[in-house]
Amino acid sequence: MAIYNLSVNEKKVKVDVEPDMPLLWVLRDFAGLKGTKFGCGMAMCGACTVHLNGQPARSCQTPVSSVGKSDKITTIEGIGDGKMHIIQKAWIEEQVPQCGYCQSGQIMSAVALLKSNPKPTDTDIDAAMSGNLCRCGTYDRIRKAIHRAAEEIKVSESGIGKR
Amino acid sequence: MENIKNSRRNFLKTSAVASFGLALGISGFTKDASLKKISAAILKLEINPFIIIDTAGNITLVNPRPDMGQGSTQAVPSLLAEELEVSLNKVLIVQSDGNGKYGSQTSGGSSSVRELWLPIRKAGAAAREMLTTTAAKRWNVPVSECRAEDGKIVHTTGKSLTYGELADDASKLEIPKEPKLKEAKDFKIIGKYNQRLDVPERVTGKAIYGIDVDVPGMVYASILHSPAIHGKVVSIDDSETKKVKGVLQVIKTERTMPHRTSEAVAVVATNCWAALKGKKALKVKWDNAGYEKSLNNADYFAATTEAAGKPGINFEEKGDFSAKFAAAKEKLEANYETPFLAHAPIEPENAIAHVKDDGSVEIWAPVQGPDWTLRDVCGYLKVKPEQVKINVALLGGAFGRKAYHDFVLEACHISKQVKKPVKVIWSREDDISQGPYRPGMLSHMQGFVDKGKITGFHHHTIGESIARQVFKGLKEDEADSWIGGELSIENSKYQFDAASKVSWTNVKTDIPVVWWRSVYASNFGWGQECFIDELAHLAKKDPLKARLEILPDERFQKVLNTLAEKANWDEKLPEGSGKGIAVFKSFGSISACCITVTKKDQGVRIDKVVSVIDCGYYVNPDNVKAQTEGNIIMGLTAAIKDGITFTNGICDQTNFHQYNILRLNETPKMEVHIVDSGSVPGGVGEPGLPPIAPALGNAVFAATGKRIRKLPFDINNLG
Ligand code: FES
Ligand code: FES
Repeated sequence: MAIYNLSVNEKKVKVDVEPDMPLLWVLRDFAGLKGTKFGCGMAMCGACTVHLNGQPARSCQTPVSSVGKSDKITTIEGIGDGKMHIIQKAWIEEQVPQCGYCQSGQIMSAVALLKSNPKPTDTDIDAAMSGNLCRCGTYDRIRKAIHRAAEEIKVSESGIGKR
Repeated sequence: MENIKNSRRNFLKTSAVASFGLALGISGFTKDASLKKISAAILKLEINPFIIIDTAGNITLVNPRPDMGQGSTQAVPSLLAEELEVSLNKVLIVQSDGNGKYGSQTSGGSSSVRELWLPIRKAGAAAREMLTTTAAKRWNVPVSECRAEDGKIVHTTGKSLTYGELADDASKLEIPKEPKLKEAKDFKIIGKYNQRLDVPERVTGKAIYGIDVDVPGMVYASILHSPAIHGKVVSIDDSETKKVKGVLQVIKTERTMPHRTSEAVAVVATNCWAALKGKKALKVKWDNAGYEKSLNNADYFAATTEAAGKPGINFEEKGDFSAKFAAAKEKLEANYETPFLAHAPIEPENAIAHVKDDGSVEIWAPVQGPDWTLRDVCGYLKVKPEQVKINVALLGGAFGRKAYHDFVLEACHISKQVKKPVKVIWSREDDISQGPYRPGMLSHMQGFVDKGKITGFHHHTIGESIARQVFKGLKEDEADSWIGGELSIENSKYQFDAASKVSWTNVKTDIPVVWWRSVYASNFGWGQECFIDELAHLAKKDPLKARLEILPDERFQKVLNTLAEKANWDEKLPEGSGKGIAVFKSFGSISACCITVTKKDQGVRIDKVVSVIDCGYYVNPDNVKAQTEGNIIMGLTAAIKDGITFTNGICDQTNFHQYNILRLNETPKMEVHIVDSGSVPGGVGEPGLPPIAPALGNAVFAATGKRIRKLPFDINNLG
């Protein structure tokens, strides 16, 4: 066991776990953040997607020992700054979720996409979102919700992810 | 007594009910469900499911149908809110716990709205009438001058009383036996767009799924199953496992399926990762002898093909099909195959069980039916229903899988040994390689045409029976009625002038099978609708017109004509493009689909999918569309992604790299249209699926001249 000081959603989190424990299980079972989901454990489904320094990462494949003290981890619980993120609002407007289980991962991928590319084309969306499986089949609505959020950003010119 | 008091207290707490007012229960879910009144005192009589209006005006409904994404937590309360004249967000919902008092509680067979449509509305209407009567009495005015509106009874003069103010007195009234239901034209909620109130928690990470539930003192277990599913443990070497920090114990356990029990080994740990890692380090020798043949695709499908050459057991026969087929001049015969499929909900199977010293049991699990879970737990642990409490957690997808409780019983078995609450989490590998699966099936089709019309049709259905395995209920000389019902003339509405037949042969396998989204309709829609297409071409008829000719039923006609219009069926397509259609009725709803494809390299590209559904009355059109969109994706996945195959006793697929499901970049343009027939409600969660694969197969034929008869097929390389 070893002590890790993590920065999760801009809060300090201290855990005492095995070095090879994937961030997914650290977040879920030791940091009490259950919004990040387990789906496959082999980087195939994207349910466990979080942001590492703003970049989407599969937390099931990220040993906690590889995460540095200064690395910023963001989970679904941390994207809205206490409010609904523009992406989350779009997800509600388009009524995207069915069971909703995959949606934390979907949203984390979408937030990262819009941050780097506020006006994505369908091809951009394909590239950014195809690592996230949805067995309920909500893909068509995910696509619409991303376009909707992009529109909102344009209108409000607020710039996504500005803190 | 104590129990009842506790459960009531919990219930009241959960639903934030301040004090007790008017409560109504429905006994049984039959069409003429009788309504009974529950006061605080007679609640103990346990007449349920029930509606409670407390004196603060809060309205609570026990939702007897777990939500796995299909929208039952919106659909069921909508029925109540409509009749009660309250807006949807005024209704609090608590999930039933499996207690027999709530009646049937399993989400399956697309049944929630179909079965609750009248009983729940009646309960709402009765409450509305009682509240109105109470207000009229209090004001000393005729009832006709009072109306229910937004949680209040309003008098023509404008004065009003809230439901909360009336509930106590209203509860003393006789319950009207035949309350007047609202007319469809007056519906404010039913049939209207409404956002699902459970969506916000599903986009913020706040929704608590089964896998997220924590119970004090709980330990985790990961289970190593035999690669041959039914193998026996010869020896266990847990030396490496024991070295994993957090691992507490390695114990022998078992996996109990409805029809048999298999040996397994559990790694119990203080956290989930340790349990999973410990399992990877475990070395178990298995005796898998004998399963090389009985868990083997090649052998199974060879047996189905052999059966296709022999007569089966008839479900129904009209005219002497065999004689007429023998004499027919223009005829066809073909075999259509569908694979075994895993459900693969993204939330894998998981359950917490706490088998306590006093013999009582508590379960927390994402299950489709608390009633079935209760039955299975009682049967397995030999305990009484009153000793068991089932807490249904939110389901991260299910598609039929989570109405099969092997994983719950595993948690029970382990908890009993370690004497703690135990959370069992299946890995994706368990989920994909252990089953149960949709059975792989063969359709042996025969048909003939006469003067340009399809007049003879025989569907011989061949394969493993879900009824035989899961309910142990099928006799050797009996046909699985589940299948026959769906393909019968009565359901399919196809009218063949000369002769028609539906028959069945059971081919047994040790591969565990169970219902999968739309059950057998997902298998046999493929054979039926592709073969109709083949016969249409034999008759030199347009596949749509050929169907319209033999589907005189008005609803089918409307669905097909709507599809033709929305999908622009008659448009002239460029060379290399083609459209295919299919229609299928299941779970009381008719769904049809048109797919357009275009040749691309060695395969085809899907340009567009248009689906039409007539599900009779529905609650939320947006949810009908969402479910149908989901069915398009799942139907396409079943057609062109991976099937489950067994080779010499072992499943060839283990995770999503071998059992691929459609991804966003592969999602075609899609449209869903609803036909308003005003018929009794049909299902919504499943009926959209069966026509997808055959519409695609028929489109491939239209575009390329290649007839696909075996699923799945490689859309990028048609061979
Ligand atoms: S759980 Fe990490 S990608 Fe599936
Ligand atoms: S919404 Fe159920 S898996 Fe995506």
